[in-house]
Amino acid sequence: MSAAEKYVAAAYGVFLVFVLCWVVIIATKLSRLERETGELVRLARTRVAAGEPTDG
Amino acid sequence: MSAYLGDVAALARKDLRLELRARDTLPAMLLFVLATLVVFHFALPADVGDDPAYGLLWVALVFTSLLGLARAWVPEREAGALDGLVLAPSDRSAIWLGKTIASLAFLAAAEVVALPAFVLFFAPLDANALAGVVLASVGICAVGSLVSAMAAASRGREVLLPLIFLPLAIPIVVGGVGSSISEEPAKFLAFLGLYDAVFAILSWAAFEYVVTE
Amino acid sequence: MSMRKPSLTLLASLATALAAVAVAMIFFVAPEDADQGLSQKIFYVHVPIALTAYACFGLAAWKAFRLLTTRGDRYDLESYTGVHQGTIFGALTLVTGSIWAKASWGVWWTWSSNQLVLFLVLFLFYCAYFMLRYSIEPGPRRERISAVYALFGVALVPVSFLAIRLASDFIHPTVFTRDGPQMTGEMFAAFCVSWAAITLLAYVMYRVELAGKRTDANLRELREVLAP
Repeated sequence: MSAAEKYVAAAYGVFLVFVLCWVVIIATKLSRLERETGELVRLARTRVAAGEPTDG
Repeated sequence: MSAYLGDVAALARKDLRLELRARDTLPAMLLFVLATLVVFHFALPADVGDDPAYGLLWVALVFTSLLGLARAWVPEREAGALDGLVLAPSDRSAIWLGKTIASLAFLAAAEVVALPAFVLFFAPLDANALAGVVLASVGICAVGSLVSAMAAASRGREVLLPLIFLPLAIPIVVGGVGSSISEEPAKFLAFLGLYDAVFAILSWAAFEYVVTE
Repeated sequence: MSMRKPSLTLLASLATALAAVAVAMIFFVAPEDADQGLSQKIFYVHVPIALTAYACFGLAAWKAFRLLTTRGDRYDLESYTGVHQGTIFGALTLVTGSIWAKASWGVWWTWSSNQLVLFLVLFLFYCAYFMLRYSIEPGPRRERISAVYALFGVALVPVSFLAIRLASDFIHPTVFTRDGPQMTGEMFAAFCVSWAAITLLAYVMYRVELAGKRTDANLRELREVLAP
């Protein structure tokens, strides 16, 4: 590849990598949110089972 | 309107009187700016012309004003007085204006020492450069009072203030250096005027949002 | 809450389609620039990214203004996400700009590119936004201070640009120029499609991030109710 081609590829490649990194970060966040909602659902279920009022 | 200006005057006078009694900020600024100028002498290679010195003058002024601004809200914070001022019936922007005027007075006092020292150590200053100093000082104090109040609300205070202030100070440095060394100083003085107008109005309007709980 | 906003799926699909068309147009339709050669193709990705960053900062400032004038709850997160996206795209602008500078002039950085220098100043400014925000206790005070700061940011854009223009008088002797796009119709069309694709992508990212942050906040509130 000529030098110019390398730089063009680098520029577009950097853009792609940035967006993919963002995807990774969002995916991590989503898994964490999934885990936390799961915990909260379990908490809510135990509360309901114990017959306590669940604020609302 | 006159009540507003009365409040501003009272607030500014309070700051000046406090400083005259405590005498901790102003001597520090004076000593700091002198020491900085001496350091710059050693930092500049021997064979550069006058121009780099003018650049360094502006660095010295900006960092000296940072020193003063860092302490700008300390009297209020230590006495727990800022809440009292905010609850007082006056317009909160008066607090900002009073503080700006007081900071300007301190900065001017530091410049009265710094500028002759600069002329002595480095290079002459013409009317354009002095006009630049005046205009830039107004901008520094206007923005600085607001930004210092923001930093005062945070945990990182002393560390945070330079971070927030410096990007906003870049145009001031450009205007100041330009008025000192450029062939068309009027452009730069006009630019400083524009900066002052835009950011003074913004700071004046935004202050109440920064300072209320 | 998402009822009035256009469907995220639709927007994301549209962004993807536009991106595909853009790549096709950039590399197969638009002619190669006579002066700059192949490296001019970087223009199609660098300039839209820069414009998108400005748009994000503008959006953040608008939401900040709404927060200060209406006290609506939603604006704080929207403004914050806008700044976040703007900073990401700003960093991308600096990186792609640096690559383009190397391709065009052989240097990784030059002070004579007004846009690059402006983005550097803005990048510093908005990085400080995060430091400021995270050193204040969460609450209405933090929201208001963040909003004021975001507003100062947009005021800084034109003022800094002017300052940098003026500074070029005495700061840098070596001036690099790029022949301004004497764009053919095909080049302009490719640019517009690329710009649309990148703007839409940024908006989709903004909405996704916003949803994530709101969910986070909701979960925290839920947790406090269920496990105080």
